[in-house]
Amino acid sequence: MTLRDISRGAGEWLRGSGPHSDVVISSRVRFARNLAGFPFVNRANRRQRYEVLESCRSQIMTNRLADNTLWVQLADSPAIDRQLLVERHLISRDLARRTADIPRAVAIAADETFAIMVNEEDHLRIQVLRSGMQLGDAYSQINRIDDILEEKLDFAFSKRFGYLTACPTNVGTGVRVSVMMHLPALKLTGEIDKVKRAARDMHLAVRGLFGEGSEALGDLYQISNQTTLGKTEKETLADFEAAVIPQIIAYEHQARQALLRQREKQLDDRVWRAWALLNNARVLGTDEALQLLSHVRLGIHTSRLDRVDIRTLNELLLLCQPAHLQKVTGQEMTPAARRIARADLMRQRLGGR
Amino acid sequence: MKYKCDKCDRPATHHAVVRVKGQNIQKRLCEQHAAEEGLPIKSAHAPINELLTNFIKMADGQSQPSDKIKPAAATRRDRACPDCGLKFSDFRDKSLLGCSGCYKAFEKALIPLLERAHEGGAQHVGKVPRRSGGGEQRQLQIARIRKRLDEAVTAENYELAAQLRDDLTGMESGNAPAAPRQLDPGTPEDDRP
Repeated sequence: MTLRDISRGAGEWLRGSGPHSDVVISSRVRFARNLAGFPFVNRANRRQRYEVLESCRSQIMTNRLADNTLWVQLADSPAIDRQLLVERHLISRDLARRTADIPRAVAIAADETFAIMVNEEDHLRIQVLRSGMQLGDAYSQINRIDDILEEKLDFAFSKRFGYLTACPTNVGTGVRVSVMMHLPALKLTGEIDKVKRAARDMHLAVRGLFGEGSEALGDLYQISNQTTLGKTEKETLADFEAAVIPQIIAYEHQARQALLRQREKQLDDRVWRAWALLNNARVLGTDEALQLLSHVRLGIHTSRLDRVDIRTLNELLLLCQPAHLQKVTGQEMTPAARRIARADLMRQRLGGR
Repeated sequence: MKYKCDKCDRPATHHAVVRVKGQNIQKRLCEQHAAEEGLPIKSAHAPINELLTNFIKMADGQSQPSDKIKPAAATRRDRACPDCGLKFSDFRDKSLLGCSGCYKAFEKALIPLLERAHEGGAQHVGKVPRRSGGGEQRQLQIARIRKRLDEAVTAENYELAAQLRDDLTGMESGNAPAAPRQLDPGTPEDDRP
């Protein structure tokens, strides 16, 4: 299996299925782990970093984590491959752009249900992805992976502070639960700020499509926990499954209903303008494309438009991003050339002229 | 206190210590100039770093009045971790600890920070790795042997290195957890200790 194989489809988290998939795009659980006996990545020397990389590689690749696992050495990878992995949410932007002298890698399951980063901020960042609201499922899988790795790898752990991490904001369980939600109606009605405030009061982070410090492109928001010490993994998960996410889903549904009741024509106008632009534009930037796809998606979920399925929209959401676009067309392109190729791709896939 | 970028008036978001001709030179730069200087950009972590920096400053404010800096307190705070050599001021700049030992070395200063960052939590209650049965003493011992091993390799003292490697292998296999793991399938994965 190669990167080229995985760049064609949409991958696990964009399958467009799973519970509440009209609002919840994907669920993700991440564990941060470090090997006992080695300094953390930022303090380790070159030899130690290589040794950590090799210990992790042999354990990840020889074990029964998945039938087919792809190991990508990022220090030798071209920038476009690293960007591709960022766009697919398989590695962090931080791991993609670390300086070349830090040996680092990612192990990716063929079905993209997990990605294990080695030598990011912590020695190991294990993540499991699912489409829709499937945190319980994601948690069972990551816990199993953690158990298997732990059979041979000694994780840095203290009774008092739990799993020890380079940044004290992750110490304890090392768990980050993260749910990506599509909230176009809350955005259109201006209610999104209330959601953000409420989330912050509950010690949750609200971030954009690409995590910390990124914009909420395409009305996509990632909600994640910040507390990792003094709470069990199950408690963190239960907060999300029983309280936080169902509330935001209900809130988004209400906003969609309100739009239908009070501003039906304006809603239709948004949806059909987006459709018309995607089918006719000749030059299209990433941000604009993501926003138009968002409005078309809203049109499908409110039954205003049925000319395309969610799977196609999800594929386009990925394929319209810079690295994917270049991978699919098989050539490097300037940003200007990409905008033209992006518009071509949309018309081609959506049946426009 | 907020620092300005060395090269313009924007707030400095990137701090680095660069060694030039045996001297440490502090660099404080904004996003743009940090990128131009080729410093590793860590903006993806900016919010958390900011959060932590604020916590650290708040903690400092509580522990000592700003008008009078007691020398004893100052040296205590800038003490280095005995295991990896990281100074507390390094942690303050980058929000990253250097090794497991840092949690012990800076425990007093870290606890109020952790309580703020984790809704009051300062005691782990989640999953416990079955393998770490040997406990912290054993982890610390392994860390120290690994450190000596690294020094031995650097000094090209391969005889000592081989010996230390044997010690490590012995310690690691001496704690093979295979049997108890299999015997205990009924326990929930993340029971409290």
